[in-house]
Amino acid sequence: MNWRAMRAVIRKDLTVVLRSKAVILPIILLPLIMQVILPAVFGAAAYFLPEDSEEVDDLGPLLDAFPEALRAEIESLEPNQLFFMLMTVYTFAPMYLIVPLMTSSVIAADSFVGERERKTLEALLYTPLTDMELIVAKLLTGWIPALVVAVVSFLLYMLVVNAVGWPLIGRLFFPNWTWIVLVFWVAPAVSMLGLGLTVVFSSRVQTFQEAYQLGSMGVLPIVALMLGQIAGLFFLSVVLSLLVGLLLWVVDAILLWFSVQTFQRSELLARM
Amino acid sequence: MADTLPVIETWGLVRRFGEVTAVNGLTLEVRRGEVFGFLGHNGAGKTTTVRLLNGVLSASDGKVRVLGLDPALEGPALRRRTGVLTENPSLDERLSARENLEIYAALYDVPVAETRRRVADLMGQFDLGERAGDKAGSYSKGMKQRLALARALLHAPELIFLDEPTAGLDPVAARDVRELIMHLSREEGRTVFLCTHNLVEAQRLCDRVAVLDSGRLIAIGTPAELGQKVGQRRTVEVEASRETVQQALSLLRAMPGLAEVQTGDHGSVISFSGVPHEGIPRVVAALVEAGVRLYRVTPQEPSLEDIYFALYEEANGGRQPAGGGTR
Ligand SMILES: Nc1ncnc2c1ncn2[C@@H]1O[C@H](COP(=O)(O)OP(=O)(O)OP(=O)(O)O)[C@@H](O)[C@H]1O
Ligand SMILES: [Mg+2]
Repeated sequence: MNWRAMRAVIRKDLTVVLRSKAVILPIILLPLIMQVILPAVFGAAAYFLPEDSEEVDDLGPLLDAFPEALRAEIESLEPNQLFFMLMTVYTFAPMYLIVPLMTSSVIAADSFVGERERKTLEALLYTPLTDMELIVAKLLTGWIPALVVAVVSFLLYMLVVNAVGWPLIGRLFFPNWTWIVLVFWVAPAVSMLGLGLTVVFSSRVQTFQEAYQLGSMGVLPIVALMLGQIAGLFFLSVVLSLLVGLLLWVVDAILLWFSVQTFQRSELLARM
Repeated sequence: MADTLPVIETWGLVRRFGEVTAVNGLTLEVRRGEVFGFLGHNGAGKTTTVRLLNGVLSASDGKVRVLGLDPALEGPALRRRTGVLTENPSLDERLSARENLEIYAALYDVPVAETRRRVADLMGQFDLGERAGDKAGSYSKGMKQRLALARALLHAPELIFLDEPTAGLDPVAARDVRELIMHLSREEGRTVFLCTHNLVEAQRLCDRVAVLDSGRLIAIGTPAELGQKVGQRRTVEVEASRETVQQALSLLRAMPGLAEVQTGDHGSVISFSGVPHEGIPRVVAALVEAGVRLYRVTPQEPSLEDIYFALYEEANGGRQPAGGGTR
C-alpha cells in the first residue's frame, strides 16, 4: 500500500468536501440539532412537566423492558427526573447514531459520485494507485471524519445533557456504559454502513444527491432500534449494544467485500 | 538495446461497448522518441485507445505492450512512467492550481523534497505562476489546459499521451502547446502519443501518423509516406507567361487523365491533379513544345488533409466523412 499517495487522495477529497456547502451543512447542523438543541428542549419539557402527566405514563412500556437492577434505581426518581433521564440516556441513544451515519454517507456520496459528476475521476484513474489503494483511501475519506464527528458530538452531548440536567437531577449522570459502547463500537460500524451502502449504490446513480439519499437508507435500522425500544420490545443494554454493533460489522464486512470487488477502474470508466 | 524496442505495441486490439466496437483490431507500433499522431474524427476511438494503453480500461480482445509492460496486469507500474492529458482537463476546481499539482505530485510519488520546486518550475514554465494560489475553477479554458498539461508532466514521464491538447485554445495558446510538444520530443527525448483531429497540427508535429476510422486503422506512416499512397491526388502548379497562359490552360484541359485544371488567383498560375510524379516531365514537355513559356513547375506535397479525405473515401466506398468537408 502506497500510504503517501493514499493520504494525498484523502487530503484532496476532504479539502474538496470541506469547501462544499451541500456537504458541510449537514455535518455541522445535524450534531447541533441532535446533540444540543434537542436535549435542551427535553430539559425544558421535563422542567415544566406536571406531576402526574401522560408523558411519563407513555414511557411505561419502555420501563417494562428495563432489567430488575435498574428498575430499583429508576423507581426512586421523581417523574420529571425520570422523563429527562429516560429521554436523554435511553430513547435518544439510537438517534445519536444518525450523526456518524449521515457524515460518512454524505462524504462518500461526494467522493465517489460527486467526483464522477465533476469529471475529476478520470485523471485520478490514470495515476499509479491500485484499485485497492484507491478504494481504501476513499473509504477512509468518509470514515475518519465520521469517527471524529461521532466523538465530538458525543462530548458535546455529554456537556449539554449534564448541564441541562444539573438543576433537575443534581449530579453528573451521563454517560453510562451503553453510551460508551455506542460511541466506540456501534458508531464506527454505523459509519461504515453508510459508506458501504453509498459505495454499493454509487455505481448505479448519476448524481451526488441520489447517492446521498440512497446511502442514508442506513438510517432505517436506527429508526427500528429507536421504535423497538420505545415500544418496550427491548432495552438497549450494554450487551444488546455490543450485539447490535457486531451485527452491523458483519453487514459492513459483506458490503465492503462487495464494494472492493466491484470497484475496478476499468468498470468505472466503461460506465462513464 | 532496450531503447530500440518499440514503446507501444498492439496486436489486434479490440474494445467493444455493447453493440459499439470502439476499437476494432488495432495493430500498431510506436517508437521511442517520436511524436506519434493518432488521427481520427469524433468517435473514431482515440480516447478509448489511450485508456486501453494505460490499463484504465480493459481490452475485449488483442494484445498490448506499453514500455514493455502489460497494461491490464501491470497498470500501476506502467502509469508511473506515463503522463496523460485527458480530453477533459479533469481538474479539481475547488482546489487551487498549486494544490492540484501538489496532490498529484504525491500520487505520482515525486520525492517530497522536490515537489515544491517542481511545482513552482512547471507553474512558471506554463505561465501560471502569478495565479498559482487561485482556485482552478476560476481559470480560463486555456489556463486549465496548461495546468492539466503541467500536471501530466509532474513526474517527468517518458511516454506522454495528449488527447486533443489544443482543442478549444486560441491560436497563440495552441502555438505554445505545439512548441512545448516539439520541445518534449526533440530536446527531452520523450515519446508523445498525440490524439488529434487537427490535420495541420498532425502534419506539423508528427514523425508518424496513424489514421483511425470507426476503430479501424486505415493508414500508418510518415506524413510523406501517406502522401505517396494518395499520390494521384497531389496537385501540380505551373506558372506560365501572361500571353501563353490561356493556351496552356486549353492544352492541359485536353490532356487525358488530368483533373481539377484551374487557374489560380493571379491568372498566370494553373493547378491540376491526376498526374503521378513520374508523369510530370511529359506534361511539361508537351506544354513547352506547344510554345508555352513556363517560369515554374511546382508539384505540391499533398497535405494531410488531402490524405485524410482520400483515405476516408477509400475506406468508405467514396463517401465523404460526415461534416468533414468543413475542415
Ligand atoms: N464508456 C463508453 N460506453 C459506451 N460507448 C463508449 C464508451 N466510451 C466510448 N464509447 C464509444 O466508442 C466510440 C469511440 O469513442 P472515443 O471516445 O474513443 O472516440 P474519440 O476518437 O476519442 O472521439 P472524439 O474525437 O469525439 O473525442 C464512440 O462511438 C463512443 O460512443
Ligand atoms: Mg476523444
